[in-house]
Amino acid sequence: MDSSTVGHAKWPRRLTFTAGLVALALLLAFPLVFTLPYPRDVMIRIFLYAMLATAWNVLAGYCGQISLGHAVFFGTGAYTSTVLVKTLGLTPWAGMLAGAALAVALSQVIGYPVLRLRGHYFAIATIAVGEIVQTLMINWDWVGGARGLFIPIDRTGSLLAFQFRDKQVYYYIALGLLLLALWVTRRIERSRTGYYFRAIREDQDAAASLGIPVARYKQRAMAVSAALTALGGTFYAQYILFIDPESVLPLSLSILICLIAVLGGVGTLWGPLIGAAILVPLGEATRIYLGGTGKAIDLLIYGFLIMVISVIQPGGIMALAQRGRRRTG
Amino acid sequence: MTAEVLLQGIVSGLLMGFVYALIAAGLSLIFGLMEIVNFAHGEFLMLAMFSTYWAWALWRLDPVVSLPLTAAALFLLGFATYHGLIRWVLGAPMLAQIFATFGLAIFLRSAAQAIWGVDFHLVKDPLVQGRISLGGIFIGLPQLVASVGALLAFVFLNWFISRTETGLALQATAQDRQAASLMGINTERMFALGWGIGAACVGVAGALLTIFFYVFPDVGSTFALLAYVTVALGGFGNVPGTLVAGVVVGLIEVLGGLLIAPALKYVAVFVLYLLVVLWRPQGLFGRF
Repeated sequence: MDSSTVGHAKWPRRLTFTAGLVALALLLAFPLVFTLPYPRDVMIRIFLYAMLATAWNVLAGYCGQISLGHAVFFGTGAYTSTVLVKTLGLTPWAGMLAGAALAVALSQVIGYPVLRLRGHYFAIATIAVGEIVQTLMINWDWVGGARGLFIPIDRTGSLLAFQFRDKQVYYYIALGLLLLALWVTRRIERSRTGYYFRAIREDQDAAASLGIPVARYKQRAMAVSAALTALGGTFYAQYILFIDPESVLPLSLSILICLIAVLGGVGTLWGPLIGAAILVPLGEATRIYLGGTGKAIDLLIYGFLIMVISVIQPGGIMALAQRGRRRTG
Repeated sequence: MTAEVLLQGIVSGLLMGFVYALIAAGLSLIFGLMEIVNFAHGEFLMLAMFSTYWAWALWRLDPVVSLPLTAAALFLLGFATYHGLIRWVLGAPMLAQIFATFGLAIFLRSAAQAIWGVDFHLVKDPLVQGRISLGGIFIGLPQLVASVGALLAFVFLNWFISRTETGLALQATAQDRQAASLMGINTERMFALGWGIGAACVGVAGALLTIFFYVFPDVGSTFALLAYVTVALGGFGNVPGTLVAGVVVGLIEVLGGLLIAPALKYVAVFVLYLLVVLWRPQGLFGRF
């Protein structure tokens, strides 16, 4: 490799860094320019779903364990903080951490047996776990059962209450959570753990024969993924101020999380964000222009898009971008 | 709880079990052939039920009468799905395969919702109705017909796979794609045929279910979940195994509902599934 290619390689890096800074500045300035609640709401949901898909990506994209039950961890975060607010009056910020801790514990209890399964057996087992948890919550009256729980309204405006009239605050919190998830993924990507994850994804038996403690690293991936997902769950509860098993624990949520990552590009840092940036506004647009309450036109387009993506570009949009870069570069 | 209630439960669980088995058999056949799980299986069932319903609503064709038509229509749907979608992801990573059929599932379900709305439909006054009493145990005739029909279809499927030349070619393809194609079997045709037959199984099951079950766009999801559990219990790719597994699922569902709580009957099924795959990851009769 001669010096010109090194120089060439260095430039885009600085360029990427600058572009990243500009993008971040634009994102930070967004709510100052767009003061209406609606565009802020769309952005908040992009951040939230991007964060959830990023969390899922740690387990499924990097470590290769395709979970179709991640709503369980989302629900854990939402329910834990809400129950703690209602019973102990604990601030949702502490509840958020408690939810993440509980999700980690739960992920280990679920993961210990389920992560031994491979391929489709694992995927279907996670669906089964999701269905079990949702049914149990529907029938558990102490946490509201099928009726769900309202988060007590707190109009003090205190930061501790995690409730704000102004969407701007939610906007920055959601952005912060997304950046946290991206940062964690970036750290993992470049660490030994990340290499172990990818080795397990590519060939579990080969990884094991090279001395990688496969079971322990799968558990680790699941713990990180569950904790991040639970943070999103608490945020959702505090943002919507109402949770029930139908909104925070359904299979369709688990699937949506995966779809976003798959669309953007599984096993890449930016894929989940790209997927969310496309799918969330697309859902909004079809809902507005095709006016479909109950018509499900947005889902029709999702479904079609997913089929097309998996046929022509299984790696998602990121793979498309990378291929383009390789071709031009 | 009296013994009678329990016996009644066991009988109805058994009857439902055969229907579950037939739905699962189609899924299992497809998986055995090419190791792809059809996540749109529930939507195939939904379409079979809608076509049965519309045959009745438009032309007054009873579900039992239109059954061959439904089975044929679903065969074509399966065939078309293979050629239009599955063929293109055969060599793709597992995730792409999962999402190809997931995308199809979402597409079909929302298409049904967009076209027919979310209302529940029911075939009124079907040919088969009423119930019979056997020693104090009541059996709904629709359920009985559905169950016997499913069992017959299952026996036919099994005969077809294990006794006819085409069936043996299917099995050979499932065992070793390359060896089969070296023996002059057109594996591409076998794959398409497998999808056709797998969907036709669901067509028969859907037609039979429509005799006594509501039809709506989301109807397939519960049945599909039970079918995945049934297939995994029976062992992916093992068609006869799904018969036993279907009956087990039917019984656990009813007994779980009776002994624990009606709302928790599916929890019992899913917990059983987890216990079985943990003990035998390849399922009860799986060969993988």
